[in-house]
Amino acid sequence: MYKIGMIGDSESIQGFMALGFSTFAVSTPADAAQTLAALVKSEEYAVIFMTEELCAALPEELARYKDMPLPAITAIPGKSGSIGYGMTALKHATERAVGTDILFQE
Amino acid sequence: MAEIRVNPTRMELKKLKARYATARRGHKLLKDKRDELMRCFLAVVRECKSLRYEVETALGAARGAFSLAAATTHPKMLATALLLPRTEAKIEVSLKNRMSVTVPVLHTEIGAAGDAANYGFAFTSGELDSAIAAFGEILPKMLQMAQLEKEAMLLAEEIERTRRRVNALEHIMMPRYLAAIKSIEMKLEENERGNITRLMKVKDMILHANLAQKYSFFPDEE
Repeated sequence: MYKIGMIGDSESIQGFMALGFSTFAVSTPADAAQTLAALVKSEEYAVIFMTEELCAALPEELARYKDMPLPAITAIPGKSGSIGYGMTALKHATERAVGTDILFQE
Repeated sequence: MAEIRVNPTRMELKKLKARYATARRGHKLLKDKRDELMRCFLAVVRECKSLRYEVETALGAARGAFSLAAATTHPKMLATALLLPRTEAKIEVSLKNRMSVTVPVLHTEIGAAGDAANYGFAFTSGELDSAIAAFGEILPKMLQMAQLEKEAMLLAEEIERTRRRVNALEHIMMPRYLAAIKSIEMKLEENERGNITRLMKVKDMILHANLAQKYSFFPDEE
């Protein structure tokens, strides 16, 4: 059995606390990187949700865990709403696989 | 293009031909794999896109409801109310092999969704209940999104690697083998021709010698 983790600023993660997520409130990207590394290392988490703002600030950390089957690190919009990071990540994955972006071009 | 340097012998030719056949078969297989991976990937990424859109919208709404609840509840009360969840969200994970890519499958059988509230109703507002319920409703979708996105990322990585291998075989390995095979064949043919000429020359010389011997009885004829 795996746990679900959530990293973000305290306002963004508060609502998920009640759902039984293991929430980690961080204030700086550096804190988030440390927490993330610890969570991945513990191997107890299958899914780690992180706010888009933090994801955008930690590209190298995410790239390091990108090709591992677990945990799935997923960006979710923070308290200020979506900044489009998640969609951009999908777009990049498409570009990486297909060579060109065929899904998001309008 | 750097050619493969080999001894121009029949042995090497045979070896190279076998390697070329293997490369061609591998190339065909990898190309098929790439096409199938691409099909899987596009299906996954399309679903991902719509799911993410859904989740982001729903999450925005839930956050709105939550801020409303936070505004009507004392911050300390709110923190206390949320501190202890009824259950810890746990998920079962199995690994699935999809076109030789190991992808996680999350089994969401958590009781957390829906009635997760584990607080007294005395100091909290009704808005909090609905906000928590809204979060609970998004949860399965969020997990599915996490799974699909992970799958998409892993597939993308594998597609990139496979494509690179296909291209390497198609544009580097196979032409090199072909060039080496051709050069060996030319060399062997050249040797063969050289051999024939030499034989003809030797035959000629023997014939001349025989004739010379035959007509040596009339030496003053020259």
